[in-house]
Amino acid sequence: MEQALLYIAGSLMMGLGALGAAVGIGILGGRFLEGAARQPELIPMLRTQFFIVMGLVDAVPMIAVGLAMYILFAVA
Amino acid sequence: MDSNHRDVCNRICSFGVVATAIDDWIYSDTADFVIWKFESGLKPKMASETITSSEYIRHHLQNLTFGQHHDGSWGLAHNAQEAADMGFWAINVDTMGMSIVLGLLMAWFFRRVAKKVEAGVPSGAQNFAEWIIDFINDSVRGSFSGQNNMVAPLAFTIFIWIFLMNLMDLLPIDLVPEAAKWTGTNMFGMDPHSVFFKVVPTTDPNATFGMAFGVFALVLYYSVKMKGLGGFIGELTLQPFGKWGMPFNIFLEGVGLIAKPISLALRLFGNMYAGEMIFILIAIMYGAGLILGSFGGLLQIGWAIFHILIITLQAFIFMTLTIVYLDMAHQEHH
Repeated sequence: MEQALLYIAGSLMMGLGALGAAVGIGILGGRFLEGAARQPELIPMLRTQFFIVMGLVDAVPMIAVGLAMYILFAVA
Repeated sequence: MDSNHRDVCNRICSFGVVATAIDDWIYSDTADFVIWKFESGLKPKMASETITSSEYIRHHLQNLTFGQHHDGSWGLAHNAQEAADMGFWAINVDTMGMSIVLGLLMAWFFRRVAKKVEAGVPSGAQNFAEWIIDFINDSVRGSFSGQNNMVAPLAFTIFIWIFLMNLMDLLPIDLVPEAAKWTGTNMFGMDPHSVFFKVVPTTDPNATFGMAFGVFALVLYYSVKMKGLGGFIGELTLQPFGKWGMPFNIFLEGVGLIAKPISLALRLFGNMYAGEMIFILIAIMYGAGLILGSFGGLLQIGWAIFHILIITLQAFIFMTLTIVYLDMAHQEHH
């Protein structure tokens, strides 16, 4: 029972983290393309900012994946 | 031959597809001799060792800790429980050692370049150093509006140092731990099970929190220096809702202030920890036969290439946020 709960916890962490990151990076990438289409001369600047924000968005689900992996493979 | 046996051997040389393919070829039929030779060269005292995958993971996530034992003597912890019992006054030898070595490497390289700097046609190393310095310079000029000669060198140190520490993640996962195990067993007579070594200092929250608290101390120092103690307290207490909303203001601004170092440290730690975890899990696949092993090799290459982006990005984000926080500390509100 406890084992099963650990697996459920790990999968929830990975799944919900991926969900949030997918929405966030989807919006981010879409806006980046919109901006790039409107003002192509700003692409280098926008790309830098895009990667910074992507790093910020990407961090939380990455942490969730790491902790979930730890729970799935080392604790359970 | 059981799979765990092969597991241990494969991990010693977890270089990826090539190593896996060669291993499987070597170990296919008349392999016991080769394994014996290989293991006797590397770890003579544990030739027929088998470990489970969760033991392997835990062994890789355990720091080499120096501290005071229960009986009052000082020494290295032999397992995770002993390390936890040492409490606050214990030191993670591997984290400290690796970070100091990498810091010295950075200092040595840039000092060497700076001493030989020339105005004519620059050498390769000088080009490289100038390229990094230009990059940091642009970042600092872009985000920092105050007057402070310390911010750019600080940003530079943070970026290069964190990048180098993160870069240790790309070394084959067992290379340094096995070398440490060999050294510890053969030169210091230690038990091979108790030689832990975590190569990536940024997968240790102590290192990331140490850096983040360093930055936080600078933020507090410059906040007080630029705005005066009254100005800084005023900023914390009077800001969003005026003086009648003071308790709420303190709560809001206090949380915002404390969240800075904690998010800075946890973001770097979490990313590196997750990346390291995935490398460990891929390394476990090498023990599962030719097909899964080759797939693991492909995964390792793919993840390593993606990880180059992550380690640079996380070092850059740590640097950028340091600059932004220091900029906020320098700005006066009216």
